[in-house]
Amino acid sequence: MSEYVLEMKKVTKTFGSVVANKDVDLSVKKGEIHALLGENGAGKSTLMNCLYGMFDSYEGEVYFDGQLVRIADSKHAIALGIGMVHQHFMLIPVLSVIENVVLGMKENKEVLDLKAAAREFTALGQKYNMEIDPWVKVEQLSVGQQQRLEILKALYRKAKLLILDEPTAVLTPGEIDSLFEMMHQLTDEGHTVIFISHKLGEIMKICDRCTVLRLGEVAACVKISDVKDHQQLASLMVGRDVALETTTKPVELRGKRLEVESLCVNNDRGIAAVKDMSFDVHGGEILGICGVDGNGQSELIGCITGLRQAASGKVVINGTDALGLNPGKILALGVSHIPEDRHKYGMIGPMTLDENLILVSYKQENYSSRGFLNWKWIAQHGKEIIKNFSVKTPGIKELAKNLSGGNQQKLVVGRELDRTPDLLIAVHPSRGLDIGATKYIQGQIVEQRDRGAAVLLVSTELDELIELSDRILVVFDGKIMGIVERASATREVLGPLMAGVHE
Amino acid sequence: MLEFAINFLAATIRTATPLLIASLGLVFSERAGIVNIGTEGIMLSGALLGCIGSLMFTSSLMGAIFAAAGGALLGLVFAFFTVTLRSSQVVVGFSMNIFAMGLTVTLNRLILNGVRVTAYPSFAIPGLSRIPLAGNALFNWPLLVYFALLMVPVSWFVLYRTNTGLKVRAVGDHPKACDTVGINVFKIRYGTIVFSGIMSGLAGSFISMGQLSLFVENMVAGGGFMALAVVVFGNYSPGSVLAASLLFGASDALKFRLLMTPAGIYYQFMNMLPYVITIMALCFFARKSNKPAFSAVPYRKD
Repeated sequence: MSEYVLEMKKVTKTFGSVVANKDVDLSVKKGEIHALLGENGAGKSTLMNCLYGMFDSYEGEVYFDGQLVRIADSKHAIALGIGMVHQHFMLIPVLSVIENVVLGMKENKEVLDLKAAAREFTALGQKYNMEIDPWVKVEQLSVGQQQRLEILKALYRKAKLLILDEPTAVLTPGEIDSLFEMMHQLTDEGHTVIFISHKLGEIMKICDRCTVLRLGEVAACVKISDVKDHQQLASLMVGRDVALETTTKPVELRGKRLEVESLCVNNDRGIAAVKDMSFDVHGGEILGICGVDGNGQSELIGCITGLRQAASGKVVINGTDALGLNPGKILALGVSHIPEDRHKYGMIGPMTLDENLILVSYKQENYSSRGFLNWKWIAQHGKEIIKNFSVKTPGIKELAKNLSGGNQQKLVVGRELDRTPDLLIAVHPSRGLDIGATKYIQGQIVEQRDRGAAVLLVSTELDELIELSDRILVVFDGKIMGIVERASATREVLGPLMAGVHE
Repeated sequence: MLEFAINFLAATIRTATPLLIASLGLVFSERAGIVNIGTEGIMLSGALLGCIGSLMFTSSLMGAIFAAAGGALLGLVFAFFTVTLRSSQVVVGFSMNIFAMGLTVTLNRLILNGVRVTAYPSFAIPGLSRIPLAGNALFNWPLLVYFALLMVPVSWFVLYRTNTGLKVRAVGDHPKACDTVGINVFKIRYGTIVFSGIMSGLAGSFISMGQLSLFVENMVAGGGFMALAVVVFGNYSPGSVLAASLLFGASDALKFRLLMTPAGIYYQFMNMLPYVITIMALCFFARKSNKPAFSAVPYRKD
C-alpha cells in the first residue's frame, strides 16, 4: 500500500480550445493537509471538479488508495470516499438540515427514516464539536454554520479525503481558527484534507505540503517546512517577484463628501438589513467597510447608489440630499461606483468595450450631440482609457465577456475613474482577481484618495482593508460595531467586532 | 334549497376532478423545476385518445390506457426538448398546445365525428349512496374521482416522506447541488414530466368520458392552464391543491347555475367567471410560495 491516498498523473482538462489543466501531477499523502495554491483561474477548482466527477471527461490517470480509477460522476467519487465542500455551498436552502444531509444517498430506503438519520447526524456533530439542529431549514443557518453542515455532510457519507475549496473566504477570523482546529482533528483521525486557497498566510499556518498551480500547470510542489516566507510562495504562484506592500501617504482631509445619518434599509424580504447607521467619509481618505458577507453591506451600498430604497434616514452626497434620487442623478453628483458583481451591474457582456465605456457618460458633451453618438471620439477616448488602465484586449470592438475577469474589472474601474469622482464607492474591487490585477486596482484606488477623492471601500478581505483603509468601519448584523483607525487596525481588533462581540 | 346545494356540490366535484388529477401530476414536475404550459394540449389529446381507445375496444379501461399512454408520450416529447435540448419550456409547451389542437381536430373528424363511446362507468359507495336525496348525487362516481381523491394523500406522502420525493423537491431548487451528491437531475426531470403527462392524459379522458361520452373539439377549454394556476394557488402542495381545485371547480359549477337563473346577466360574463377567479386568486396568493428557485431553468452539466 502506498503512502499516497491520491495520485493524479498528467491530468488534462480542456473546455473547447481553452486548456484549464495541462499535465497536472498531484500526490496527496494519507493524513496530511495538502494545500492547492494558485491565483484565480489557475485551474485549482477545475482540477478538483475533475476529481469529484463534475465533468464528463478528462485526460490522465487518477489513483485513489493505490487503485486506478476513472471518476465519471460525483456518485462514484462519494462511493470512493471523496467529499468536497464547494466554494459556493451545495445546499438546498428550502430543505431542512437533515434532508440536505441524506439527499441522494444510495443507502436511503424509499421511505425515509429521518429521525434515525438525525440521531446519527447529531452524534457526528457532537464528536466534532459543531452541533447543528437537524430540523431547521438551511436558509436559517449562518454562512459559518452552512459550511460546518457541508463538512458534516461529507463526513456522514464516510469521506476519507475532504476537499475544501476556499473555505475561509466567508468566515470571521474566529471561525477560521475553529475550522483549522477541526481540520487537525480530522487528520489526527486519519482523514486527509486538500485545502484550496490563495491566502498565503493560512497555507503557511496549517498545511504540510503545497502544490502550486500556475496557468493550469504545476509550478511547484513544496514542503511548507522548507518554505522561508510568504514572499517565496507568492513568487511561485505568480511566476515573478511581487511587491506585497503598498506604501501610503499621510491623510490630507478635504471636507465631507458623504454623510450617512441614522440610515435604515430593508433587504429584499422586507427585513431590516441596515440598522441605524451613521458615518461620514471625507475627501482624501479611504473608509473601509469590514464584515462577513451578508451583514448589510449590499443593502447599504445599494441605498447610497440609488439602487435600493431606504426605510428611513438621510444620505448626503457633496452637500446634496441624495436619498430617493435615481442612480443617474446620484452618479451625476460626482459619484463613481465599482459594483460588487461586475457581470450583473458593472458591464454588459455581449456589448463591445467602447459601448461599455460610455454606459454612464453617453449623454455628455463630446460623447453625443442631438441624440447621435459621436463614435469617432468615443473610440479614441476609449482607447485612451484602455491604455491608461492596461486592459489587455485585441481591440476596442472586442466583446466585454471575452476578456478575462481581471481585465473586465480593469475596464469597469477605468470607466469609473475616468470620470474623476469626488466619491468613489468600490465594492469587492479585487474579488476574483489575481495578485497582479489586485495590486494594480488597489494602487488606482489609493491614487484617487491621494488626488482628494473620498473612497468608500467594501471588502471581505481583511488584509486588503487593513492595508488600504485610513479608517475601518466594522458592520455586524446591519449595525456599526465600531470605527477603527489605521494605527490600531489589526486582525485581533477587527476579528471579534466582525463576529459581533464588543470587548 | 337542499337540492340546489347537493347539485351544486356534485357539479363542483365533477368539474374539479380533472383539475385535481392534472394538477397533482403537475405538482411533481413543477417541484422539479418544470413549467409545462403544454398541459392543455396533453389534456386535449387525452380526451381524444380516451374516446378512440374506448371506441376501438368498446372498453372504457382501454380508453384510460390510451389516454395515459398518449400523455406519457407527449410528456416524453416535452422532456426531450426542454431537458435534453434545453429549449425554452414556454415555447415548447405552447407549440405542443397548437400541435394538439390541430391533431385532435383532424383525428376527431377522421375517426370519431361526434360518435358516442363507452363512458367511464360509475361505482356507488355501498351504504353512503343509499342516503336519501344526497346519496346518489354525491357517492356514485366513476373510479377516476376516487382515484383523484386517493392520490392527494399518496402524493403528499411520496413528496414529503420518500427518497424520491426528497430528490424531486431538491432538483427544482438547486439542480447543481443535486448533481454534487450524485443525483441524476435529467432522470428526475424526465420522470416527473412523464408522470405529469400520464396524469394530464387521464384528466383529459375524464372530461370526455367521465362527464360526457363523446369528444368535442377544444373541449378542455383552458382546463390545462387552470390546472397550472391551481398548482400555484395550491402552493405546490397536494393538500392545498385539492382545496384550490375545489374552489376552481365550484366557480365553474356556479357559472352553470347562474346561467340557468333568469338574472338578466349576459351569459358571456358568466362564462368568464372561472377565469376571473383564477386570475384574482393568482394575483393575491402567488407571492409567498414553495415555488422552486430554478423553475423553468434548464440544467446544464459542464
